[in-house]
Amino acid sequence: MDGSAILARLRGRLGARIIETHEHHGDHTAVVVRDGILDTLRFCRDDAELRFDLLMDVTAVDYLKFPGREDGPRFDVVYHLYSVPHNHRVRLKVPVEQDAATVPTATGLWPIANWLEREVWDMFGIRFEGHPDLRRLLLYEEFVGHPLRKDYPIDRRQPLIGPKV
Amino acid sequence: MGVGTFFTSKLDEALGWARKFSIFQYPFVTACCGMEYMATACSHYDIDRFGAGLPRFSPRQADVLFVVGTISHKMAPVLRRIYDQMCEPKWVVAFGVCTCTGGFYNNYATVQGIDTIIPVDVYIPGCPPRPESVIDGLMKLQDKIATGAQRY
Repeated sequence: MDGSAILARLRGRLGARIIETHEHHGDHTAVVVRDGILDTLRFCRDDAELRFDLLMDVTAVDYLKFPGREDGPRFDVVYHLYSVPHNHRVRLKVPVEQDAATVPTATGLWPIANWLEREVWDMFGIRFEGHPDLRRLLLYEEFVGHPLRKDYPIDRRQPLIGPKV
Repeated sequence: MGVGTFFTSKLDEALGWARKFSIFQYPFVTACCGMEYMATACSHYDIDRFGAGLPRFSPRQADVLFVVGTISHKMAPVLRRIYDQMCEPKWVVAFGVCTCTGGFYNNYATVQGIDTIIPVDVYIPGCPPRPESVIDGLMKLQDKIATGAQRY
């Protein structure tokens, strides 16, 4: 299915849950409201014409100090979907405010979301409501903060042993 | 030079000569430098010429700890424990710039040189070091083993 047709189908079937859609260099993206993301993901997975059976990645972007978005929602949670039967892709973005950095979990739809969301929690500190086991995935438990946030100092280290620099 | 001194230094030389040609290494491979380490350790460069051809995958049987690749802060306690498990006499080679200084990783994750955790005998810079550099480092290590004070 053509990328713009995917976006048109999402807009047509999900209505107000889709904030906007855009295309950049052949990458098609839909921006989704937070409360509608589970409906959108489920529709993408189950709709016969879309059949996005593979959750490729869940990641996030910190737009702190990003030109034009200083006042807007700080984070975007990004879902990369791929359909094996149809060989097409789409990206879904969910804007999230800093004060309410939570998104409903997708572990009920794709089991792989478990680890992917743990990584996003580890690196960005975005919580996933309903996640069965929201612990750090890569860093150690003693680590304080979330290193991929733009306000985390780039060279702040938290050694377990050795000099504390 | 007294008789006793003369005798002791000769025993040291014999021991040093034996030890420098029986380098049983423990390769602690964590990153891309491992590929270059494997290239060096294979037959084309033949480090068996230096008696270093037999890696032991147990720290208890190894003399030289080859730290090959970036060490993260999460990995640092593991490296320290491996080092502590090795029997004396033991030496450490820092293989590649990441182990020497942290390399270009100046961030939350990377140890800024393994010498902040364990003592290092030979530093081999490079990203990754060419096999020639590794062999050069190995020969420097041999000199250090042979000429240093022997513990027995």
